[in-house]
Amino acid sequence: MTNVAETNPATNAAINAGGPSWTRWLVVAVPYVWLLLFFVAPFLIILKISFSDTAISIPPYTPTFKGFGALGDFFSQLDFENYIFLTEDPLYIWSYLSSLRIAAISTLLLLLIGYPMALAMARAPTSIRPTLVMLVILPFWTSFLIRVYAWIGILKPDGLLTLLLQTVGLMGPDQQVQIFRTDYAVFIGIVYSYLPFMVLPLYSALEKMDNSLLEAASDLGCPPWKAFWKITFPLSLPGVIAGSMICFIPITGEFVIPDLLGGADTLMIGKTLWTEFFGNRDWPLASAVAVILLIMLVVPIMIFQNQQKKVA
Amino acid sequence: MRSPRFDATVLTLGFAFLYIPIIILIVYSFNASRLVTVWGGFSLNWYSTMWSNQGLMDAAWVTARVGLLSATLGTILGTLAALALTRYSRFPGRMAFSGMIYAPLVMPEVITGLSLLLLFVAIGIDRGFWTVTIAHTTFTMCYVAIVVQSRLLTFDRSLEEAALDLGCPPVKTFFKITLPLIFPAVIAGWMLAFTLSLDDLVIASFNTGPGATTLPIKIYSQVRLGVTPEINAICTILIGLVTLGVIAASLTTKRTEIKRIRDEHLAVRGAAAS
Repeated sequence: MTNVAETNPATNAAINAGGPSWTRWLVVAVPYVWLLLFFVAPFLIILKISFSDTAISIPPYTPTFKGFGALGDFFSQLDFENYIFLTEDPLYIWSYLSSLRIAAISTLLLLLIGYPMALAMARAPTSIRPTLVMLVILPFWTSFLIRVYAWIGILKPDGLLTLLLQTVGLMGPDQQVQIFRTDYAVFIGIVYSYLPFMVLPLYSALEKMDNSLLEAASDLGCPPWKAFWKITFPLSLPGVIAGSMICFIPITGEFVIPDLLGGADTLMIGKTLWTEFFGNRDWPLASAVAVILLIMLVVPIMIFQNQQKKVA
Repeated sequence: MRSPRFDATVLTLGFAFLYIPIIILIVYSFNASRLVTVWGGFSLNWYSTMWSNQGLMDAAWVTARVGLLSATLGTILGTLAALALTRYSRFPGRMAFSGMIYAPLVMPEVITGLSLLLLFVAIGIDRGFWTVTIAHTTFTMCYVAIVVQSRLLTFDRSLEEAALDLGCPPVKTFFKITLPLIFPAVIAGWMLAFTLSLDDLVIASFNTGPGATTLPIKIYSQVRLGVTPEINAICTILIGLVTLGVIAASLTTKRTEIKRIRDEHLAVRGAAAS
């Protein structure tokens, strides 16, 4: 009470502080400490273990670094073996490149499909817009795994797509759709799973747009397609960037989709990391794979964060 | 470009793409035949086999417990984080803090899962129910923080100011004024956290231990063996539960939203009258 009475004259200060110093301190400290402990510290540990030797024991690694006092020791013992191994085996380099390729193509496909949808939603009558938004969000609430699983039944050689094409007559009774366990199936699965993440940021950017700009352009004789490229698209760029980053970053490390829909030759780094960890039980190597993946994604993550800060 | 017919076609095709696979999955959970392409008539057979599958039911129970606990913890931590982000413009490491809130949203799950596991091993915690719960709390709190933050940003601060001016202690002001006003967002955040926890396969796989097999891990191991109507049945039940939850939440949010606006108007008018 006394605290409040003291700060009350400077009303704004009191509200910004939101209370006596210990409450203020607690509101910030509790989530802060939690994230430091369970989000930041794990990254330091993964970095440390990526410089360790593999050993057959539980945990299956010998720590390179014991205790925080011996920093000099740490540098003298740094072991780049895992990283050297990653550059020597073409499997890893190909996995990284292939992940980036698949993520880039998927993001482009998502933009091509998501943009017309978001635009159509933003131009729909105001009364039905909430329903349309709800319809886009609802699949997002449904399990990722379930949605990927749904495609297996459709795409597999003796699945529903083959049945449909055979019934329609586009395919002979002895022919089968050869999409399942190829990169095409992976693209379908990714586009399907990530479409809501692309449509929603695009929609919120397009919905805010001032229609009088387009009317002015059309009054001055600008053809609609030109008005789109000169006005609509540039104004929606924040949404395009946000949507692309929200999709591109997690797709690069995607595991479930390439594992369930992709073939043996579908290389993605998330799958490689998973195999290294669960299959070969090589934790240090898996850590090195993760560290390099993280370094690759630093730039897109920073673009995403700047975008989010601008929005907030 | 502006033709309504073009827009209608785009939306129809888009929503067909989003919904047809789910509808097919639900329909085939009622298929009497074990084969995906053969319709053997309507049957609830797979629901009863699923019910008597003890491993599956255990996994469902673990998932429900992890989900309830981690969503609740995540909502408390996320709401605090949202308050910290919107109400305190200056504290040491604020930039880093907002970075830590946004980064988990896009971080590939394999990285989050592996790094947390290595932390648990390093500090010697046995993997199991609690490690999965902590892992889920950590990534769901960030989603809650974003949802609650967006509500706090459009918040009418004059009500809080009035309460504080009248000598209401800040903590009481928070529980009497702020929390009721942001409550729909907090509930929405909890729902999101719960479904994210229910859904997660990758992070749970890294951090689980004996006796803590969650439903997605169980479903995943069965899916690897092939498509069966039994999995369709589990999936259908999960889809049904989530759909009901989302619809219920959106209805209550709408109602509380209307009530909130009315209350705010009344309060403002009352303030003006006095």
